[in-house]
Amino acid sequence: MDAVYMKNIYKYFGDFCALDDVSLKVQKGTIHALLGENGAGKSTLMNILYGFYNSDGGEIFVNEEKVNIKNPSSAINLGIGMVHQHFMLVETLTVLQNIILGSEVTNRLGILNMKKARKEIMEISEKYGLAIDPDALISNISVGMQQRVEILKTLYRGADILILDEPTAVLTPQEISELINIMQNLIKDDKTIIIITHKLKEIKESSDFCTVIRRGKYIDTVEVKDVSEQGLASMMVGRDVNLHIDRGECDPKGIVFEVKGLTVADYRGLDKVKDFNIKVRSGEIVGIAGIEGNGQKELVEAIMCLAHTKAGNVLINGKEIQNTNPKNVLESGVSVIHEDRHKRGLILDYSVELNTVTQKFKKKPFSKKGILNFEEINNYAKKLIGQFDVRPDDCEKTPIRALSGGNQQKLIIARQVSEDFEIIIAVQPTRGLDVGAIEFVHKELVRQRNAGKAVLLISLELEEIMDLSDSIGVIYDGKIVNFFENDGKVSEQEIGLMMAGGGKNE
Amino acid sequence: MSNKIQKLLRKTWVSILLSVVIGFGVGAIALAIAGHNPFRAYSYLFQGIFSQPRHVAWTIINATPIILTALSVVFAYKTGLFNIGADGQFMMGAVAAVFLGHYLHLPPIIHPIVVILGAMLVAGIYGGIVGLLKAKFGINEVITSIMLNWVALYFNNYYITLPGVRKPNTDASWEIQQTAYIRVMNNVKFADDGVERLRAGNWFFSDVVLRTDLNYGILIAIAACVLVWFILNKTTLGYSLKAVGFNKDAAEFAGINVKKNIITSMFIAGAIAGIAGAVFIMGQAPHRVTTLAFSEQYGFHGLSVALIGAVHPIGIIFAGLFFGGIRYGSGSMQARMGVPNEIISIVIGSIVFFISIASLFRIIADRIEKKKGGK
Repeated sequence: MDAVYMKNIYKYFGDFCALDDVSLKVQKGTIHALLGENGAGKSTLMNILYGFYNSDGGEIFVNEEKVNIKNPSSAINLGIGMVHQHFMLVETLTVLQNIILGSEVTNRLGILNMKKARKEIMEISEKYGLAIDPDALISNISVGMQQRVEILKTLYRGADILILDEPTAVLTPQEISELINIMQNLIKDDKTIIIITHKLKEIKESSDFCTVIRRGKYIDTVEVKDVSEQGLASMMVGRDVNLHIDRGECDPKGIVFEVKGLTVADYRGLDKVKDFNIKVRSGEIVGIAGIEGNGQKELVEAIMCLAHTKAGNVLINGKEIQNTNPKNVLESGVSVIHEDRHKRGLILDYSVELNTVTQKFKKKPFSKKGILNFEEINNYAKKLIGQFDVRPDDCEKTPIRALSGGNQQKLIIARQVSEDFEIIIAVQPTRGLDVGAIEFVHKELVRQRNAGKAVLLISLELEEIMDLSDSIGVIYDGKIVNFFENDGKVSEQEIGLMMAGGGKNE
Repeated sequence: MSNKIQKLLRKTWVSILLSVVIGFGVGAIALAIAGHNPFRAYSYLFQGIFSQPRHVAWTIINATPIILTALSVVFAYKTGLFNIGADGQFMMGAVAAVFLGHYLHLPPIIHPIVVILGAMLVAGIYGGIVGLLKAKFGINEVITSIMLNWVALYFNNYYITLPGVRKPNTDASWEIQQTAYIRVMNNVKFADDGVERLRAGNWFFSDVVLRTDLNYGILIAIAACVLVWFILNKTTLGYSLKAVGFNKDAAEFAGINVKKNIITSMFIAGAIAGIAGAVFIMGQAPHRVTTLAFSEQYGFHGLSVALIGAVHPIGIIFAGLFFGGIRYGSGSMQARMGVPNEIISIVIGSIVFFISIASLFRIIADRIEKKKGGK
């Protein structure tokens, strides 16, 4: 039986056709992956199923009955639940309060019956292995548990069909395998799960079927066990892609960049980076693996002189740059690809071309005696757009806000590698990107390394670190707890343990 | 059809025009409630603006300082700051202009230039203080500039009490030297036979020059607007100022000195308001500062004009003329019908209100779209 059948769905945003005759059939009691690049239309399709958008054509059947889903509450009544990528939880309420919020159990007088609610919720929690602490505040629990709370919320409302939007984006490897376990428990109970993702490995590990959408068009639905990761990737992008880059041998030269005994406190005065040391030579990629919140953010801020360092040095070719200012850091030869494109990387209200010169608009030929030379800026932007395949290819005058995330990131990378630099620090350079764009970013980083530049890669994606790095340092609690050459002798599991604090230096 | 309306509703100028119409509508209701015929009142209003060349001239004269204070607001706004302190900067500029205009003895043309530069410097520093407090201590510019507005008001009053500043038997300062006037045909006007000569001339001389304070301030204002537009859009200064305004985190990360930019921006905004003060003193009678209980609101009028002008350095020229016009014209409405000219404040208030909620028109446009989408 089909739990969901979306037939010939169309959706337009203005003149833009986001979904062009897309169909999706999901069998009851299966995990069905929805795969596509950024902006392919997979979230749009699910938002139609959940009633956020109304389709401009097509029909929807739930449990083989034709339905009309006008808004999320009609979706919930049909037993559809959705867990968004960005959680919708009230931080100042407890887990239990969050779960019952909006569907409280009350007696006739309208007084809450927390006991009954608690009992029901704990039953669901145990049944599917959704471990939670019902009385903890949301602000105090891990991201993994927050996600379990979100799943419980939908189950508590009687969902039989769960939509999970990029559920693994924020999880550690251990949390991901827990989530996959939970999903298996759910389908054993005849629940149906639709998972939106562009992580191929997780599809292979978790899903039964996979529907691929590319640029708003339906491509195919396949049984996951019949296709390889490579096959899925090619279907998604429409060409052959390299999932794991072959970075080749590295040929490191002298030390370009060095961090010595760096200690940085956060805004509350707590040390977040503690006696941190790392060396990067020209012609090598050093990766820093670690779980979010172990000091990576503060490290980058301190290197850029956006945070004051309490102790230690940051050296470029032996020259100290700590506690100066960002301009000096950039001019000393540091180029940073920041993880937060919208906050740190781009001026969203500026056009694409103006964003290409954020670091050098004061230099010739982009300006002369304080007057901007728009012709030069335009030519430069065109050059970068062409070289780095930013799309659409005539976008230099459009506000960069209008570009997709992948193309925004391409532009940032184009800009940062085109600066004069000694070391490039890439922080989560592929966050939120699809395989096609990831391949591009990875190739570019390796190209820079082969051109004799030093590369420092800071990422939460262990796979990325392992694919790209010549040496790996594991950061835990603000320190490098382990540093080793990435020659395949240390397994992903072992690094995962070190990231969780299980690794010991010496 | 609905598609066209929808597109129109999203345009800034359409929503401003609609707001103006609605503003007059609200004013008409207020007039009707007060027992006046709104059509007659409005016809007097517009006669008061357009019926004689000198009325048009007065409109321009009144609009000039307001265009400049609006420009100050626009400049700050484009760089991410809200300059509610234009009022105080205006007053500081006016005091500086009176000081330099009265005590310096310089030839014509040079004198006004020196006065303007001095007023710009004083008012610029006054605005710069706000920027400095924001950059160094993170104090919100709205709070500091509102407080500094009062400081400026009392400084104005204090200045007049200084020995030798006050003109005896008045509550005002001495007038500035005539060499610092920027009125059109100044020498002729003040020549012994000037009045006769002007009266003998055509309407421009007999009506406009003779009977108004027509001055070159409007040219200065327009030049300033064009210059600000140029700075904001064509220079590295404008690039970095706007970058800080749009996203200071990204600007900081790109090596732009955010603090310096905030101070620079407030200095320039203050300096522009200072030009407004200087032009006001040099351009129109009584060419002096007076003891005030409340500010004359030039800075706050500038806020309204900035909004009506779509916060655009060229748009505010037209908005300022409109604003100056209906305020001036309301005088004749009052004189001929006994309508209190406060009614114009209601009209302006509602226009600003509707422009501020211009998103309303966009919401209406969205509604139309949704309806269409449902078909």
